[in-house]
Amino acid sequence: MQSNTQQQIPNSKFLIPYCLHLADTTLILSHRNSEWCGHGPILEQDIALTNIALDLLGQARNFYQYAAMLMGVEFDEDKLAYLREPNEFKNHLIAEHPNSDWAVTILRQFYFSCYQYYFYSELKNSNDEQLAAIATKALKEVTYHLRWSTEWVVRLGDGTEESNTKMQNAVEFLKDYVIEFFVMSDYETELLKDAVSIDVKAIQGKWQQKVNDVFEEATLNFVPSPNSRFGGKDGEHSEHLVSLLEEMQSLQRTYPNSVW
Amino acid sequence: MIIAQSISIKKIWKILETVCDPEVPVLTITDLGIVRDVKIVDDFVEVVITPTYTGCPAMDMIAMNIRFALIENGYSNVKITSVLSPAWTTDWMTETGKQKLKEYGIAPPKGNAESIAFDGVECPQCHSINTKLISEFGSTACKALYKCEDCKEPFDYFKCY
Ligand SMILES: [Zn+2]
Repeated sequence: MQSNTQQQIPNSKFLIPYCLHLADTTLILSHRNSEWCGHGPILEQDIALTNIALDLLGQARNFYQYAAMLMGVEFDEDKLAYLREPNEFKNHLIAEHPNSDWAVTILRQFYFSCYQYYFYSELKNSNDEQLAAIATKALKEVTYHLRWSTEWVVRLGDGTEESNTKMQNAVEFLKDYVIEFFVMSDYETELLKDAVSIDVKAIQGKWQQKVNDVFEEATLNFVPSPNSRFGGKDGEHSEHLVSLLEEMQSLQRTYPNSVW
Repeated sequence: MIIAQSISIKKIWKILETVCDPEVPVLTITDLGIVRDVKIVDDFVEVVITPTYTGCPAMDMIAMNIRFALIENGYSNVKITSVLSPAWTTDWMTETGKQKLKEYGIAPPKGNAESIAFDGVECPQCHSINTKLISEFGSTACKALYKCEDCKEPFDYFKCY
């Protein structure tokens, strides 16, 4: 049964890492956002960020379930999320970065939602039906995430002197991590031939334009990075991912196959 | 045979009309429009559902409640299939569903899914449209939090999706 499925999808060799990349990024950022649960500056925003974390977790589950289906009966979403090693994760480095303060968290969410908005707007036309279906659904949620994070970037940037300083520091803090959104991995390049993946380089212009527009309103300055960090999509991570996974995976690793 | 089957399918839809959404228990799953199809294949009943929100934690519980409701009514071979496409939208919520939401104290989605409307949401208590958005995310991802400037009551708004 399973091998039939694999035969029907000739590029599963590249489709599996692609699904894992999409799943890992959303799972890891979901986890970072969930660390704010109970710590947000005000209750409504604590709830907002937790809701965004839940949406991202839902996206991650869809991509893991699809990857598991392609990989065979011995895999499932929990195994893929909880029993893989750090060097097997393919998330963007920006997702694993520690939360730091509220300004960094907000700015990261804005950068990421903006990226996801243009990314899913393309992926919903993928030749792969399942990826297209996941993207179509996720785009509805991301539209709300982008609205929410945009409003916060403007409110804090164009707020008090202190909030503006903190936001500008956040821009500096995250500057090395944005270009990775727009660098193609080998599996993306391969899948692009069949219009299964999207060309992330092609959405950089739209992303930058949106960021510039919002920054203008927020009285912030975008800072380009002279030494951007890459490698997350191919499994090269910082020590931050190691400690994140240690915590996130501890239950499944201590009690394998445990269920609620 | 075909007539008998269509009668049972009607019966199954009637049963599904009694299954409530765990998060907004005033709505049934048919009010929400998440049941996409009911089929009888050999001696199996297949119910096709679609998730409301990607991360909706209630979906597993909904699937379980469908199974229980059908078993209680004598259908023991039940298969529940979840499909993502076409993506669920608040446009599929029935008028009865919207009316029930309002009576329950939640403002129903306004306009259609393409317009993310946040203005002019009507207070479910006093029907004033002099209302203010407090937070785009409420107690669950599908709701936003509002305050009525006239009767001063806070309320949830079921967002367009
Ligand atoms: Zn009122």
